[in-house]
Amino acid sequence: MQKKKYKIETKRLNFFYGDHQALFDNDLSIEANKITAVIGPSGCGKSTHLRVYNRIFELHRGQRAEGEVFIDGKDILDPGIDLLDLRRRVGMIFQKPTPFPMSVFDNVAYPIRLHFKASQKEIAERVENALRGAALWDEVKDKLRESGQALSGGQQQRLCIARAIAAEPEILLMDEPTSAIDPVGTLKIEELMDRLRERFTIVIVTHNMQQASRISDTTAFFYKGSIVEVGPTKLIFTNPRNKQTEDYVSGRFG
Amino acid sequence: MKTRATFFRKTKDSLMRAFSGFATSMALVLMAWVIFTIVREGHSSISAELFLNASKPFGEVGGGIANALLGTVMITAGAAALALPPALAAGIWLAEFGKDSLLARAARFTVNVMMGVPSVIVGLFAYGVLVTTTGHFSGFAGSFSLAILMFPVVVRTTEDQFSGIGDALRESLLALGASRARSTLTVIWSAARSGVVTGVLLAVARVSGETAPLLFTALFADTWPTSYFSGPTPSAPVLITSYTMDSPFESMHRIGWSAALTMAFILLAVNITARYFGAKRAAKRK
Amino acid sequence: MRRILDTDTAFRWFCKAGAIVGLAVAIALVAVILKESMLALRTAGFSLVFSAEWNPADGSFGAAGALAGTAATTLLALLMAVPMAFAAALFVNAAPPNVAVPVAHALDLLAAIPSVIYGMWGLFVLCPLLQSVLSRFGIEYTGFGLVPSSLVLALMVLPYVSAVMRDVLAQTPVALVESAMGVGCTRWEATWDVVVRSRKAGLLGAIMIGLGRALGETMAVLFVCGGVSAIPTGLLDGCTTIAATLANDFAEADGVHKSALFALGGILLALEFAIQATTIPLIGRRSKK
Repeated sequence: MQKKKYKIETKRLNFFYGDHQALFDNDLSIEANKITAVIGPSGCGKSTHLRVYNRIFELHRGQRAEGEVFIDGKDILDPGIDLLDLRRRVGMIFQKPTPFPMSVFDNVAYPIRLHFKASQKEIAERVENALRGAALWDEVKDKLRESGQALSGGQQQRLCIARAIAAEPEILLMDEPTSAIDPVGTLKIEELMDRLRERFTIVIVTHNMQQASRISDTTAFFYKGSIVEVGPTKLIFTNPRNKQTEDYVSGRFG
Repeated sequence: MKTRATFFRKTKDSLMRAFSGFATSMALVLMAWVIFTIVREGHSSISAELFLNASKPFGEVGGGIANALLGTVMITAGAAALALPPALAAGIWLAEFGKDSLLARAARFTVNVMMGVPSVIVGLFAYGVLVTTTGHFSGFAGSFSLAILMFPVVVRTTEDQFSGIGDALRESLLALGASRARSTLTVIWSAARSGVVTGVLLAVARVSGETAPLLFTALFADTWPTSYFSGPTPSAPVLITSYTMDSPFESMHRIGWSAALTMAFILLAVNITARYFGAKRAAKRK
Repeated sequence: MRRILDTDTAFRWFCKAGAIVGLAVAIALVAVILKESMLALRTAGFSLVFSAEWNPADGSFGAAGALAGTAATTLLALLMAVPMAFAAALFVNAAPPNVAVPVAHALDLLAAIPSVIYGMWGLFVLCPLLQSVLSRFGIEYTGFGLVPSSLVLALMVLPYVSAVMRDVLAQTPVALVESAMGVGCTRWEATWDVVVRSRKAGLLGAIMIGLGRALGETMAVLFVCGGVSAIPTGLLDGCTTIAATLANDFAEADGVHKSALFALGGILLALEFAIQATTIPLIGRRSKK
């Protein structure tokens, strides 16, 4: 059998908030065009782990990562890496929708203008594609000039997804993307993710175990900063090897 | 589609960072320059005589600034005496009783507007109220104008400090059977006190350096401030003005600089102390 | 039981009286200024605003020059102070605490120095400096007027504008900054394209506070403006402002002259009121944290 090719390979990743260590020797390999769910009780380090992939943690003083994270074979923790390009290739969706204070159109056009040399026509096409890709086009095509902050919560989150995919990333990181969204909005986002997996490698942090089991191909269980178990989602939820995993997925703690 | 080179974007980012550092240091350098100038020009004339003698009439060599400093203390203290009782009361009322009533909203709006009224205009008003009616300039009229400048600042700090205290404390006091007056004046006051004191100190320091309103009210006198209620009263800011802007004489400029140095020293000291205790209290609260 | 109610009621009324005193003083202020301006409004009328002929000796009171000087110095001061204040606010918010805290305190102290001292500094340091620098380029300049006035005003306004901007920017939700950086913005792009847009109202409020202060500042301008009551036509012209005219003329004024000064004060008061009334909703009650 041929050796599997991974999109992201994390090796011995340790993470520190000042003196406090939050991640311990994380090893995790993530396959391309799959949805990988990261689960675990609150404070277990799952968001922290995710925030290393686009180095967004560097915004905050005192946070640092040690180890190696390869994306397409290149270590992104290397200080020589082009951060702007990295963040274009690795899009991120946050817990709360964060539309920029601009129109729906400009929200999506913004990263295109930032990263590409494009004519007005090309931008308009791409914005439409991204909004279609985020299953939002039909709902907003008549209000492209209205403020992105005037949309409903679920729509705002899909707008953020459209904004992320407009930059043509390869990877989408989602940090509890539906925890602030109502059930109908959540359902739409989950359906959307199922379609997005054809084009992107998706890593999603979630509190919601049903969500993880519904949508993901692979699941990683984090506990106290360490990765306890990784495997095909079905296996993790039906027949975990580890006792802690079993307790968690069966709702005995967490 | 072609990607944009990140080089120019990063360069722009670095330039803006550099500019923000530059602008900050520029402001600090200018401040240092102002302070340096005061110290350089003012220190040579600092002497015991300066702080013991009254100023001499215009053009005469020598003389001190003691009368002006004493006058400033009197005018400022008078302003505090006039402004503090109603201002503290108004602040407490807004936080404890007024809340969102019509009168409270009107008062709050007025206080905010008063914060922006220039001190010259307050000077004009005090002139119209006290100088025209009594027929003479006076230190008291000066106090009145400074009191109006202090009033909104003190109301605002007091309201902020009092409303910053949780309702839980209030309710538990009332549940104990304490009257509203008693609980406000004792326990709640002691919780809000240090914040209010800091705010009051800063407000007093601020108005003691005001010049413009005094030109309309207290004016100046080369005597000791003996007629606070009935006649022109000297003050340090007005002395600085008349000894520098209005005078061609080098010897008067020297005294003006020394007065400026004295004022700046006292005001900076008060500010730093007040802020230091304010910051310590804020840290403690966390 | 009765006694408790009585002290409580008395206390409540005492406090309420404080608030009423504030309202009464504000109303009295407007009334007195209006009343004292009446004479000038009747005799000079609109020429007060539209004529630039200010000659108290022969009874002409046209303050257009002072109005223009006020507008010009304020505008120039803000043009210089606002970018600097914004940049300094960014610096303080981005710097590590052991740098940011002392710098912020130092900037706040700039506001603690009385304006008369800024005036002196302008008169004895800035004006001669401007004069000698320009004479090196063969330009004859008195050293007084628009340039030093707006420079000193800019320096005085900067700490106020910067402090408000600092607070406004610090209230930006972290998630918004992270998502801007997350789509690949540089720090500056995130700040300018996203943070500034989302904090527009507050930043505008900060500028308005600077505007209000610059308009009403008296002493610092009085020292360096040159006291020229004509409308300034060039950068190097001498000028005056409403506030400086008030402080300069008042001691020798009587009759219509004095009343005209009250009328000018009324104009300034109206401007400040308009500024405050628009600023309050923009920044809300900022000090309540």
